[in-house]
This record gives sequence, C-alpha cells and structure tokens, in this order.
Amino acid sequence: MNLNKKNDWAKYIIVFFITAALFAIAGGLSNFFTDKKVENIKTVQARLATDILSSEAQFALLSELSCNQVDEEETLSSELNDIADKIAYSEKNLSASDEITDLKKYYTVLQIKDYLLTKKINQKCGNKRVPVLYFYTTADNCIECTKQSFVLTELRTKYPNVRVYSFDYNLDLSALRALIHIYKIEDTKLPALVVDEQTNTGFQATDVLEKKYPKLFKVKKETTTPASSTKKKVIPEVKSISPESIINSIIPDSTNASTSTAN
Amino acid sequence: MTAFMIVIYIFSFLAVYVQVFFLVTFIEKRREINIRREDIELPEYPTVTVIVPCYNEEKTVDITIDSLLTLNYPKDRLKIVIVDDGSKDGTWDQIQKYKDHPQVNIFHKENGGKHTALNLGLEHADSEFVGCLDADSTVHPETLKRIITFFTNPDTMAVAPSIVIRDPKTMLQYAQRAEYDMAHYNKKMLAFLDAIHVTPGPFSIFRRKVFDVIGPYRKAHHTEDQEIALRMHQHGMKIDHCPDGYVYTGSPSTIPKLYRQRVRWMYGFIKNATDYKYFFFRPKYGAIGMFTLPSGFISISGTILLLTFTMINLYKYVSTKILQIKTVGLHAPAGNVFSVDLFFINTQAMIFISILLYMLVIAALINGRMMIADRRVLSWDILLFIIVYTVIAPFWLIRAVWNAITHKEASWTGERDVLLNNPNV
Repeated sequence: MNLNKKNDWAKYIIVFFITAALFAIAGGLSNFFTDKKVENIKTVQARLATDILSSEAQFALLSELSCNQVDEEETLSSELNDIADKIAYSEKNLSASDEITDLKKYYTVLQIKDYLLTKKINQKCGNKRVPVLYFYTTADNCIECTKQSFVLTELRTKYPNVRVYSFDYNLDLSALRALIHIYKIEDTKLPALVVDEQTNTGFQATDVLEKKYPKLFKVKKETTTPASSTKKKVIPEVKSISPESIINSIIPDSTNASTSTAN
Repeated sequence: MTAFMIVIYIFSFLAVYVQVFFLVTFIEKRREINIRREDIELPEYPTVTVIVPCYNEEKTVDITIDSLLTLNYPKDRLKIVIVDDGSKDGTWDQIQKYKDHPQVNIFHKENGGKHTALNLGLEHADSEFVGCLDADSTVHPETLKRIITFFTNPDTMAVAPSIVIRDPKTMLQYAQRAEYDMAHYNKKMLAFLDAIHVTPGPFSIFRRKVFDVIGPYRKAHHTEDQEIALRMHQHGMKIDHCPDGYVYTGSPSTIPKLYRQRVRWMYGFIKNATDYKYFFFRPKYGAIGMFTLPSGFISISGTILLLTFTMINLYKYVSTKILQIKTVGLHAPAGNVFSVDLFFINTQAMIFISILLYMLVIAALINGRMMIADRRVLSWDILLFIIVYTVIAPFWLIRAVWNAITHKEASWTGERDVLLNNPNV
C-alpha cells in the first residue's frame, strides 16, 4: 500500500499542450474558412457593383431606347438578397466582425444606388418596380422588426415587382445617415418603412399596407408579364438583422428567419 | 465572444483534455494490454469466495449461480455465498435448489440494502480472495483465473472485470453495449493511472484483507461499489482492471429503467465524490483526485451545459416560428429548400472541436472493442449510442444533481421493487 501516490506531472503538461495544439488547429481551420467566406462575399459584391454600374449605363442610354427594352430580370434582385443572407450569417457566425461590417456598409451603398436607379426608371417608364425602404435596428430586442421582416417576405412573394431595401439603422455610414435624414426616420420608432415616398413607423401588417397602397400592391404574382415570368426566380425570404439575431448570435445554428437584409 | 461561449469553450477544452489523456496513456501502455484467448493454468489456485446478493431476482439468479458453478476453477478452491436480501418474489425458492451443493451456502435476511447482503457474505468468507457477483450477471468460464493472475503484483488489492452487455435485444440495449465497449477502454486507462473509482458489482475480486483493513461495505448512497473503491484509494490501495475477464450483465431494456439506473449511479457518484471531496486536486491521492473525480464533474457539468445550449437554440427556433405564423400565417417556405450553399455550412471552431471530440469518443469505443477481442470496429450501434446518450443522458444527470442537492436518494432495492410491481415499465 502506498499512501502517497505518484503523479505523472509531465503527462499532465504534455496532454495540455497537445489539447491546446488541437484547439489551435480547430481555430486555424475556422479562420481559413472564414477568409474563404469573406472572399466569397467580396466576389459577389464586386459582381453586384458591376451589375449596378451596367444598369446605370443602361439607364443613361434610355434616351435612345424605349422603356420596353429596360432589363426587368430578377438577377440583380436575387443577388442582392443572396449577399444580404451571407452578410447576416457572417455577422452571426464569423469572427472577422470588422471586415464583415465593412462589407455590410458596401452592400448598403449598393442598395442605395440600386434604389436611386429604380426611382429613375420608375420616373421614366412608370412604376415598373415598387421600392420599399425598410429600416430596422439591432440595438435592442426589436420583436416588431422581426415581424416586419416576415411581412416584407410575404409581400415580395405576393408581388414580385416589390423590391425591398433593408437598412440597419445603427450602421455608421454617411450615405445611410443622409437617407435616414431625408425620410426623418427616428430610432425610437423602428421598424420604419418608406413606401411611395411616405414614411410609416412601427409595425405594418400586410393587409394594412395593401389597403394603404392599393395601386402599388396590385400586381398579383399570377398576373406578372410574360417577360418577367420567364425570367422569374424563386424569391428568397426577406430578412433583417433584427434584435433576435443578437440573441441568436450567442448560438450559431438557430434559424435565420429573423436575420438579414434583402432587396 | 459571449461569456456563455467562453464557458462552452472551457468545458470543451477539458473534455478534449480527458480524451487526449486517455489516448496518450493508451499509446504509451498498449503493449501491456494482454488479451488471452486460450485457457490458462495457474501455478497455484488461491481460495476464493464469491458473494451473490439477491433482491427480487427470481428470473436471473439461477443462471448467475450456474455460471459460477461452471467456472474453470478448482471446485474445492471456490465457494459461493448466496444472500437473499428479503426478496418479495420467488428468489428464495429459486436458490433452494442449491442449498445442498457443496460449493454453495445460502442465507436469507431481512431486507437491509445491498451492502448489508454483501457484509453478511463477507462474514462467511474466510478465503484469500473475495468477490461479488450481481444476481443478474454471468461470468465467462476463464474469467476468475484471468483475474487472479493480476494479483501476482503484491500491490494489487482488487481487480475489476470487463463488463459486456448480455444478449442485447432492444435498440437501447445495443446503445448500452457500445457504451460498455468504451467503458473497457476507459477502465483500463484508469487502471494504468491507478485511478479506478468503482469496483463494479459484477465480479470485482478483492484480497480478503482489504476488508480487514478498511472495514466492510457501507450504504454509500446505494453505490457501495463506488465508495469501497474510493476508500481503498484513501488507504493507498491499488485497483487493477482485467480486460479479458469477461462478465455478462443484464441491461435495462427501456428508457425508464435505464433512467432509474443511471440516476442512481450518478447520484451515487456525486454524493460519494462529495464525501471524499478532500481527494480533489490533492497530489497525495494521485490521479483519482487529480484526474478521475474532477473529470467526472466536468462530464456532468459539460453535459448539462450542452443541454442548456440545445434548449436555448430550440426555444429560439420555435419562438421565431410561432412569431412568423402569428404574423403572416402558415405558408410554404420561400426559396428552394433543396438548394444548399456551402457558404452556410457552419465552420466555427466549435464545430471542428465537436467533430474532434466525437472522433476521440469513437476511437475510445473502438479501442475498447479491441480490448475484448471484439471483431466489430465500426458498427451501427455506435451511432445509436451517440444519439441515445446525447439526448437522454442530460436528463438523468440533471435529475441526479437535483436529487443530490435535495438529498433524495434512489435505491437499488427501490429499482427492483418497481420492476417487480410493473415488469413492463
């Protein structure tokens, strides 16, 4: 019998370093894939920027073209949404938060540019698209913002000509500040929607919006023009980076339903 | 990173540390693991008494005793003491058929708990070695001889066997078989570290003098096999493990039965570890205090934390879905549900750590199978084991912790009373 047992201290220490090394490898792998994902977002954004520039160029040529030749395809729309999903997911799950915030700012600028272009096309060719500006907050637990994003998803599903631009109110970006200033959006009254140049604060249900803007929300999905229906894409869910996502950010695998921006 | 995630990472680190510790020990000591397939002869056969405590075991007690009587061990060197601990069923009638057997002594007493039955058996054990065998278990004919070979080391005071699930039938029993396969490995690694914390009821063999030095069995929160092992460590006694000493044991066939058994085990572990809390991080007690007991608590805390983590996720998912339905009603999800963008595959470090941990657990299980010369390497019951234990284990752990806090004991006899009254439960 041995009342003082031996301890293999060297093994305790070696195992500690082996475990630490395994964790370092796990961290390295994670960083590797994070970099790949950030690259992916950058690539999609670069393509998006080119598409918007192309649209602007196309618009500049409008004086020589008829409105029928304005490209109605949904590619831009779906790519804007795709990038929104990826940025929202990255904000929640990836460690490179500063880089993601920069990408989000860039995306916001692209949305604003697309919005301005949409307005110009509408002025020139009539209301081909219905732009909806959606302001939300990530500052606190905004359940209303989550609900609003569900409504906007439904609107986009019902009316493919609706294009939703989602803006994180708290994003530090001068172009966004200007937009907030123009439409007099207040952070205490979020969510806020700008439809037909009118600012609506607080949660707006689907039927409320349909009644308020009957002329805008009238083109049913079934009655879309043949040109747009042939190019029609499956419309992704509208999402916002809502306060839910802050809770969600604790845990990686919860639903995306309440997160992201969209067009 | 949130404080919650930091805690998750710390527990993950400790969980990986434990598995790496075992793996390093395995690599270091694997040549010392001897699996004997052939019959062996001992230079001399010491006398052995095996105590069989019974309580409401009329269905299994005879096969238990028959397996002892067919042990490949000299009949005049092996004595069997059967103690009926006041059974309410036909156990006493069942064991009557052995009353005239020259190797068997039978005793009946009022119900007092398993430890009292064992202690009555000890009073009638004057052999060099003494062991116990739960009345729902059977032994391989070579097991006793193989175990006795470990006592050639004079420092070895007790030897634990390798317990195998007997004749699994339900999915749950197959999952337990995989769990027990891993336990062979864990037990042997703990033996190398001189840190085994339980000498299980099915066929652990002790030198008789152990009980002379440290005293008889105690009630020990209905897990006397854990307490006796801790008390042996307190006295600096070495416990070894015989990987080819096979014992076949019955296993709970349903979730409620398994739940009751595990609540009792975990409750016993928590209470006994608390009783011996002075072991914790005291180098003089060796790896039992530095490694085994702390890793047990890490395992309990980590599992409960994982459950909390999962429940929060589930709550968030369900509450978001309810909010969605309340807001816009039920409709088919937008988007192509079959399209998968690799971008959205979770590549957080925790995912890789979880994969690593599962790989280490599966490696432990395979190593355990190698130790019992099982030809199965990868089989479907590994998946079953992972699923069943990930889902159910947190609940018995929480219940055991709760019982430990509120001092609500589960009992060995209570488990059998429930089975007697409700055999289908």
